[in-house]
Amino acid sequence: MASYSTNEFRGGLKVLLDGDPCIILENEFVKPGKGQAFNRVKLRNLMTNRVWERTFKSGESLEAADVIDQDMEYLYTDGEFWHFMLTDGSFEQYPADAKAVGDALKWLKEQDVYTVTLYNGSPLSVTPPNFVELEVVDTDPGMKGDTAQGGSKPATLSTGAVVNVPLFITIGEVLKVDTRSGEYVSRVKSS
Amino acid sequence: MTREPVWQPSASQAALKSRAQQLAFVRGFFAQRGVLEVETPVLGRCGVTDVNLDGIHAQVTAGSRTGGWLQTSPEYHMKRLLAAGFGSIYQVSRVFRNGERGRRHNPEFSMLEWYRTGFDDVALMDEVSDLVCGWLGCQRPVVIQYRDALARWAGIDPFAATDRELMRRCEQWLEPEQLSDLGRDGCLDLLMSFAVEPHLGRDKPVFITGYPASQASLARVSLSQGYETAHRFELYIDGLELCNGYWELTDPEEQKLRFEADNQQRRRSGKPEMALDDAFLAALERGLPECSGVALGLDRLLMLKLGVRDISEVLAFPFERA
Repeated sequence: MASYSTNEFRGGLKVLLDGDPCIILENEFVKPGKGQAFNRVKLRNLMTNRVWERTFKSGESLEAADVIDQDMEYLYTDGEFWHFMLTDGSFEQYPADAKAVGDALKWLKEQDVYTVTLYNGSPLSVTPPNFVELEVVDTDPGMKGDTAQGGSKPATLSTGAVVNVPLFITIGEVLKVDTRSGEYVSRVKSS
Repeated sequence: MTREPVWQPSASQAALKSRAQQLAFVRGFFAQRGVLEVETPVLGRCGVTDVNLDGIHAQVTAGSRTGGWLQTSPEYHMKRLLAAGFGSIYQVSRVFRNGERGRRHNPEFSMLEWYRTGFDDVALMDEVSDLVCGWLGCQRPVVIQYRDALARWAGIDPFAATDRELMRRCEQWLEPEQLSDLGRDGCLDLLMSFAVEPHLGRDKPVFITGYPASQASLARVSLSQGYETAHRFELYIDGLELCNGYWELTDPEEQKLRFEADNQQRRRSGKPEMALDDAFLAALERGLPECSGVALGLDRLLMLKLGVRDISEVLAFPFERA
């Protein structure tokens, strides 16, 4: 397995630390002019999502983690696994468990494309695109003539996600939602 | 993955104008004091033995010579000029250190190095203050002993603490297995970098002096409060290490011993041994005048002048763009 020495450390690098795959978030090189050099490194443990801060002596190295991000289409769930398929034409499928799907669950729509992170060939996490378009399946009746005013109400989307929407939104409309904040962005014009 | 090359400079035009002004200020400062500007090779035959300095090896073939090293500092060449009787001299030069890149480091950087004959470390610290405060408009530095700084911010006596106590103190940052081969000075460097340095020069600039003899490098050593300490000083402003100065060692025998000790330590840590610069040692034999010398990072001085946190903001083209 390849390994990275401290002078190859940079943001985005995936390494093994204490047996867990981690991604380097920040790497600070610290060295007194005449003295020993160190690297102060912030990493996110990809298994637990915890952020670790570690110090390395310059010249130390970490093993590379076999972690890759792949675009995959969400197919279906059998209740235990959520099945994704590579979009590179290989039709290769990968089952992701509930832990890997995590918070992406409430944004999963069949045939949409997600980023699936594979660790040693198995799904480790699923990241939705920044924006998804989902249909409103339940909300209080719309109030006409209130478009300019503030005020919001909860709306349940087809995936089960609940977002706050303006009062004029009605059942059946398709909304654009920011998955990072979970906030309503706009209505999507039905064509 | 192919990426578009970045052709634009990383520093603003205002920053690079300030760099030019800084250079003019430095030259004016030394002209007024009658210190001679010199230029010595950036490409030398020998590198340095310093355990923590990695030079950049050059593949040069010219005349009867092959190989060479980009200099980590102009020190040896300048000391040869001192031995040749040039008197007080200064130089603005590019120096090179392999593997050093970060917010405060670039593998190639600008160093201002100067030597004052007849000055001891205290007199030179005074002149450093004139230069730095004259340019930055800052308050004059206070002087803190290395021992007091470590006691105050790292809670340890760097001279009296046992190796075990030092290692235990470092466990806040490193795992025991990482500490096993770090050594006493490595532990002290860690504490200096992570526990002490961030506090230095917050209100006003700080000189740290009285380093342990093991970190003397090319400074002379004397007994202070019962401990061997080096006549070496560093200036810190706003947590940034700005310069490193010595009351220079003039004893060629002692110098040779220190070089050999460096090489021994290089061997232990699996680094290549470096050839001793015999021309430099010959100059010391001939006789280096009593003098003090200091090296100051001009890029960092400019960072302080402009109040920026990243060296890329004061370099036209940092290494990734060069």
